[in-house]
Amino acid sequence: MAAPHFLVHERKDSVGVVVVEGVNKGQILTGWVMQGNTTIRMKSLKAIPIGHKIALSPIGKGDTVTKYGHDIGKCIAAISKGGHVHTHNLKTKRW
Amino acid sequence: MAKSAKKTAAKKAPAKRAKTTQRKPTTRRKAADRRPAAKTAKRPAAKSNRRTKATRRTVAASRRTKAERRTVAKKTTVRRTSKKPTFMGWRRKNGRVGIRNHVIILPLDDLSNAACEAVANNIKGTMAIPHPYGRLQFGEDLELHFRTLIGTGANPNVAAVIVIGIEPQWTGRVVKGIAKTGKPVTGFAIEQNGDHQTIADASRLAKEYVQAASELEREKCTTKDLWVSVKCGESDTTSGLASNPTVGNFIDKMDVWGATTCFGETSEITGAELNCAKKGKTKAIGAKFLKTWQSYNDDVIEQFKTDDLSDSQPTKGNIEGGLSTIEEKAFGNLEKIGKKTNYIDVLGPAEAPRKGPGLYFMDTSSAAAECVTLQAAAGFTVHLFPTGQGNIIGNPIEPVIKLTANPRTVRTMGEHVDVDVSGILRREMTLNKAGDALIDMTIRTCNGRLTAAEALGHREFVLTKLYRSA
Repeated sequence: MAAPHFLVHERKDSVGVVVVEGVNKGQILTGWVMQGNTTIRMKSLKAIPIGHKIALSPIGKGDTVTKYGHDIGKCIAAISKGGHVHTHNLKTKRW
Repeated sequence: MAKSAKKTAAKKAPAKRAKTTQRKPTTRRKAADRRPAAKTAKRPAAKSNRRTKATRRTVAASRRTKAERRTVAKKTTVRRTSKKPTFMGWRRKNGRVGIRNHVIILPLDDLSNAACEAVANNIKGTMAIPHPYGRLQFGEDLELHFRTLIGTGANPNVAAVIVIGIEPQWTGRVVKGIAKTGKPVTGFAIEQNGDHQTIADASRLAKEYVQAASELEREKCTTKDLWVSVKCGESDTTSGLASNPTVGNFIDKMDVWGATTCFGETSEITGAELNCAKKGKTKAIGAKFLKTWQSYNDDVIEQFKTDDLSDSQPTKGNIEGGLSTIEEKAFGNLEKIGKKTNYIDVLGPAEAPRKGPGLYFMDTSSAAAECVTLQAAAGFTVHLFPTGQGNIIGNPIEPVIKLTANPRTVRTMGEHVDVDVSGILRREMTLNKAGDALIDMTIRTCNGRLTAAEALGHREFVLTKLYRSA
């Protein structure tokens, strides 16, 4: 099996992490969900740099973003499935 | 019991041990791949269901064809016990074991840096550890200053110490603290002598010290003698996915083997503090952690913040690497302490552990050099530093082993990386195998291999200052 393009920690996470360089807009990506060891596929809506997050399903403004099965902050601008998730649309609930 | 276990290990794998210690860094990855394969029959990998065809191909098929690896997977810990590694270290008079044999020239204060550096320049094989503080401090901040300097001199990686200060009183206090370990230590004061006389006197003695240290012999030591601190830096999402869990795997294995280990970074657990509290051995220890975390949050962050810390935590490097919030960073950070291990106490900054072997939490800054300096001052002798974007930190007395899972960092900053675990992200390497590779590199470091940071001259010694001096 080829190396995956993105990894997902847990089944209920709303985001995955791109782990290869050069992911382009419109590319079909393979992802490895580590919990349960399953493979998923999806299309990227944007070029996403290595290490950055991709939305696994649509995330609405005000929604909690989940990674590691835990709350990692709130969505401050709606994100489509396959969209780039980072500081422009995800913010801490602390401090 | 330990002895009989050791004997079994010696019978089963003597050739391999020898190979391990002689292996060159360049052959590291291939060798690491070979290693678990040879042991398949004894220790099946727990995560074998994650193994891909690609991984299988990298290892001789004949050695690991059997499906029994899956069926007996759960006994990993028990089986590993028989392969508990040993290393050659220096046992000091107080019983602690060092993996380096430094003679250090330690300034009490900023004013004495120049004299210390002159002595280290005169006497080869000694090392000055300059720093910017030590004048007019008071209260808890002064106590921490003394605890850090004394702890640095007392660390078993240090064979002997020359302390130089502007005046004899506080200089003497540091000397007295270090002397409790039984190692050679002498203080020199500059007032009424001047730099020249002080440097001449201190150099004469430093020469004696370094020659005596060079004759000290190493002896065989076990993982019970090992004090390992951990702290990550310039983390990114690959840290939480792979390099931090590799350290966690190391901690889980080492905890069973009786090592003393330590994690810190109070502010960086924000978002995951309740999960961290649950990792305390008892509810009381978890509550002690929570109190420490809350107090930093209330007394420092809430008092001094001017925004949501979005310019500091996560750092600009973290954000470049894909981390968006402190919560995300915190959950990744916590991966370092393993899945099974509970911490047995909460330490103040630079405070030495007192409850015997096990995992400790220390109240530290999340800034790399400050944290490692405090851990080294508490007596930890080797440090594991997972990084994502490539933090390059080292410490003068505690070797810092760097690992990363980010393939871009491996490619662009390879000279700083001791252990490459990027194979985890490509599904070529299991976590169990990565943990073994890290144990292997730690033992090689204990046996004398210079870490990347040591070879590159990284000696970041940064004292934690609690508030302005008087």
